[in-house]
Amino acid sequence: MSGVPISWYLTLSAILFTLGVAGFLFRRNIITVFMSIELMLNAVNLSFITFSYYWKQVNGHLIAFFVMVVAASEAAVGLAIILTVFKNRQTLNIDEVDSMKN
Amino acid sequence: MDVILFLIFAIIAVVCAINVVVQTHPISSAISLVGVMASLAVLYLLLGAEFLAAAQVIVYAGAIMVLFVFVIMLLNAGAETKKGQSSMALFLGGPLLVALLMLLAWFVQQLFPGISVHFGGFRGGSAQDVGRALFTTYLLPFEVTSILILIAILGAIVLARKEMD
Repeated sequence: MSGVPISWYLTLSAILFTLGVAGFLFRRNIITVFMSIELMLNAVNLSFITFSYYWKQVNGHLIAFFVMVVAASEAAVGLAIILTVFKNRQTLNIDEVDSMKN
Repeated sequence: MDVILFLIFAIIAVVCAINVVVQTHPISSAISLVGVMASLAVLYLLLGAEFLAAAQVIVYAGAIMVLFVFVIMLLNAGAETKKGQSSMALFLGGPLLVALLMLLAWFVQQLFPGISVHFGGFRGGSAQDVGRALFTTYLLPFEVTSILILIAILGAIVLARKEMD
């Protein structure tokens, strides 16, 4: 019985990370941009867990766990910022939130 | 069996991830992101990370995405209006991206030849093992994490509260 090559997992992680970067760069809705960041964090987690399998050690799982915790707190603060931006400007388009420009 | 399961859920993850980027409505993106996270949880199980698979479903697909959907509903976010798209960027960038990813896949294949993942090949990812490492080796980061969460809660309250004055 042949298993899945470890490079497939790493390539899947790279593909998901690339899609996250693409969403981050191309989308104009601030919530979708934020979800792209979550997608990137998930891709990195998959990499960590794959390497944890590779070395047969649990350390990668712990790093992925901390990434999850940081993502949760980031989501809480980020969504609060989005709420504040929407309250002040009535828009979710990141092109219109440019008061720091120039 | 491993290969079939991996391929099914990898394809689901990639299709859902493309959907996250392509959909114009934030709710569609959020639901697709839940699909990505659920299929990644299955892949974690295949890699022997039982605790993290459960945490992925509970924390990511459960808590964080509910928060996202809640905010989208609260703000009544509509579909994004398209503007300033160049078709040339799509025609140039698409094949270039595929070429780059194939090059990267080739390099990764060269770096890790002949190593394959079997279900049950690594049994150190249970809640017991993760918990033991968390409270011995990673005790300080764990305690710092609790402070981080406290600061995040305070920050969210300060940012989202109504002005009192």
